[in-house]
Amino acid sequence: MGPCIRKNMAFAAIHVANFMVQAVLRAEGELRDREKAVALVDGTAPLINVVAANDAAWRAGIQLGMAQTQAQLCGVEIRRRSRAQEKAAHAALLDLGWSMSPRVEDHAQDTILVDLAGLNSLFGAEENIAREFARRAAELRLRVHVAVSANLEVAVHAARGFAGITVIPEGEEAQHLSGLPVQTLAPSAEALETLERWGIRTCAALGALPVLELSERLGQEGVRLQELARGAHARSLVLAEPAEILEEEMELDDAVEELEPLAFVLGRLLDQVCARLAARALSAAAIRVRFDLGDAFEKEEQSLNDNVPVKRFGEKNELRAAGVKAADGNGQSGTSAAKAELKMRANVVAKATTHKNSRVTTQAQDFSVSANCKDAAKTYEKVLNLPVPMRDSKMLLKLLRLQLQADPPPGGIVKITLGADPARPRSTQHGLFVPNSPDPEKLELTVARLAKLVGNANIGSPELTDTHRPGEFRMNRFFPQMNETKARGKAGKKFVSRGEPAARRPATGCRIFRPRLAARVELREGHPAKIFFRGLYGRVVTASGPWRISGDWWREDAWQQEEWDLEIQFDGGNTSVSVNVPAHMHAIAPVQDVKAHMRAGLYCVYYDAACRSWFVRGMYD
Amino acid sequence: MAANFAALRSKVELALAGRVVAPFNYRDRQEVVTVSSGIPEIDLLTGGLPRGALTEIFGPSCSGRTSLLLSALSARTAQEEACALIDGGDAFDPHSAEAAGVELRKLLWVRCRNVEQTLRATDLLLQGGGFGLIAVDLSDIAPRLVRHVPLDSWFRFRRAVEDTPTILVLLEQESNAKSCASLGLRLEAGAAGWSRMPVEGVADYSRLPWGWLLEGRSARGEVSRSRMQRGSEVFLRGGFAAESRAASEGIFKTRMDLDFFSLPIPAKRK
Repeated sequence: MGPCIRKNMAFAAIHVANFMVQAVLRAEGELRDREKAVALVDGTAPLINVVAANDAAWRAGIQLGMAQTQAQLCGVEIRRRSRAQEKAAHAALLDLGWSMSPRVEDHAQDTILVDLAGLNSLFGAEENIAREFARRAAELRLRVHVAVSANLEVAVHAARGFAGITVIPEGEEAQHLSGLPVQTLAPSAEALETLERWGIRTCAALGALPVLELSERLGQEGVRLQELARGAHARSLVLAEPAEILEEEMELDDAVEELEPLAFVLGRLLDQVCARLAARALSAAAIRVRFDLGDAFEKEEQSLNDNVPVKRFGEKNELRAAGVKAADGNGQSGTSAAKAELKMRANVVAKATTHKNSRVTTQAQDFSVSANCKDAAKTYEKVLNLPVPMRDSKMLLKLLRLQLQADPPPGGIVKITLGADPARPRSTQHGLFVPNSPDPEKLELTVARLAKLVGNANIGSPELTDTHRPGEFRMNRFFPQMNETKARGKAGKKFVSRGEPAARRPATGCRIFRPRLAARVELREGHPAKIFFRGLYGRVVTASGPWRISGDWWREDAWQQEEWDLEIQFDGGNTSVSVNVPAHMHAIAPVQDVKAHMRAGLYCVYYDAACRSWFVRGMYD
Repeated sequence: MAANFAALRSKVELALAGRVVAPFNYRDRQEVVTVSSGIPEIDLLTGGLPRGALTEIFGPSCSGRTSLLLSALSARTAQEEACALIDGGDAFDPHSAEAAGVELRKLLWVRCRNVEQTLRATDLLLQGGGFGLIAVDLSDIAPRLVRHVPLDSWFRFRRAVEDTPTILVLLEQESNAKSCASLGLRLEAGAAGWSRMPVEGVADYSRLPWGWLLEGRSARGEVSRSRMQRGSEVFLRGGFAAESRAASEGIFKTRMDLDFFSLPIPAKRK
């Protein structure tokens, strides 16, 4: 029975020849570009054998199953087979399909099928579409064979059997497949042996056999193989679902402990991820990096078991170390305590992460520790949340480097998994009257550099919290999202009226002393008359207050204050007065300088009823 | 002699090739674009804050530097411009900033702990670009420390901000940038303004301190340096025609009494 295929329906099969080798070479541009002889080995010592090789390696005398030591004598590059990279290459192959059409079938690890319906209007003839596939595959560092046919199986076999681009017109399937060996149809071992005994070696010979007799001898498999050989086997496309996270993995032969070589590897992975994102016309909303740690981490784990505090990487490492200990779960002394500590801190981390997502906490870098099982405990994760979707691999690498410099992995890294959360690319419509604003990608890099300089908690955009507690605010991630309509409207108004909108009346600003300055206040008839702080003696000229404020009485950190606005006249200072001056304030403004510049001033002073002391909150400037 | 001079000139040009386009050509001074500082009196006095230039605001404590800065930030953020504050002494108060009208989500606040951090952060932000106003607050840093900042730092800032739409504002206790600043504004503290409840026979706060309210304070401003072209701005012409005390080639000195902080302090209790 002939296939029932609609006219003009076409499918493209994309096949990556020598998939295992290409998966490894994809991450090694130098080997790939110079077409060096490469052989892949696999197995456990001492039985490590060659499992794949490229053409140059075959020519150099490499054979399948050859021992690694023998292969080394052939003068070829030896690499270990990497299933992680094969997985990533397969994902890249699928992305290639989705970059052109939403209807993609995941046929095999090295082969996909793409429905070409509707692509003619974009790319023209089938041959052009196939060329476009090959071009995009090259951008993903894959060399592919592309075959186009109205029959799915014919396209697959043609892609596996013919190099380059093959377009098979409808009705000529059998003719094109005739020269292909029977092995291309992937028969079972028994069927292949029988066919070889019969002398059937090509699809043409198989297709010429009578169906009934073939069925009697080989059963249904024989009938199916013959249909395949004649290009008459029909079936529907089985659609694949796009992955939500694009991931690339790399296993390292030796543990990497320094940032420079690590950045080199991360750069490669980012290049691959960004190429895949570009293939699907997407950008990354977040980059997730997971490091599998090697021996150095074991040492740190050992130090923890020996009750040696881990202080090298600060609080975060303590958390990490606690995670390791709790994850061991061997019932050793102190394990339960570590578990409890981990649980408590993990809750804190989880809360912080949740808050961050809802933009209510500081922009401290996301940090997570896997503590569910022993294997997972040896991983170290970093999440780079991006304010706007990006896919510039160099920019992303700089941001990752800054994060890793601030909080490096605790040990040697043996495996890296880098994933990207896909998002729609940023689209902005610039206008003539829209004010200039920092480029979001450049701004993110600048902010990351500043965060490295001053600390994550010391940079951001302040936001007032919903409380009456004086001086409360939180730092948010700075991202000046512009209301373009508003901006355009405002700027337009400026343009028309030849001048900026009337400025609001200015208000007096206040400078806050952080931390608060301890003061000694002399009261007269219940109000401040003299004040001593920062080694200065001042006479209160005018006072306004007390303004009694309190709150959070149901919490442990309840506050109750009496606030005064004071106009103070300093008389040159009284060095005999003992005042608690914060150490860092000496560095910022030594007392001599303070005296020279503070002859009089307006200050906000308060009495803290909780600790029964006076403090200077700030200065009106 | 002329041949030597020509050879020397070509040698210098060759050495600077790729870095300086025409080292011996006169560079026309571009017209300064100014924007409002948010305080009409200051605009009248100075002509506004110049874009692409360094503005130095200096004066003792309580002289109104912070109030002026908040007004400028308020004016810029109201125009949807992104602003940055490099806080050398970590003294910025978001509450009074919001009360002054600063749109906080448009403000990048960098809390530094010393002069080195402040200067480095300024470098990074200037290189990043795209900000409408970058304020460097060194008010709480001891003047003797700021005095030790090499002059080339100020030159570098001036060069970095040139030909950009960014306003670079420097807040200090003393003038340090000198000729690198296109506009120097010195502020002096004036009298504080108090209002009191009209209670008969009570003239002193000590009898009724809760009846007194701090309304604000006045200040005095003086332009110590201005490189803006004379008469190029409406504000400038008005201000200087009336008050100019000394003027020489592009450098103006003038002073004006300001009462620009006469509104109530935006404390939460008001």
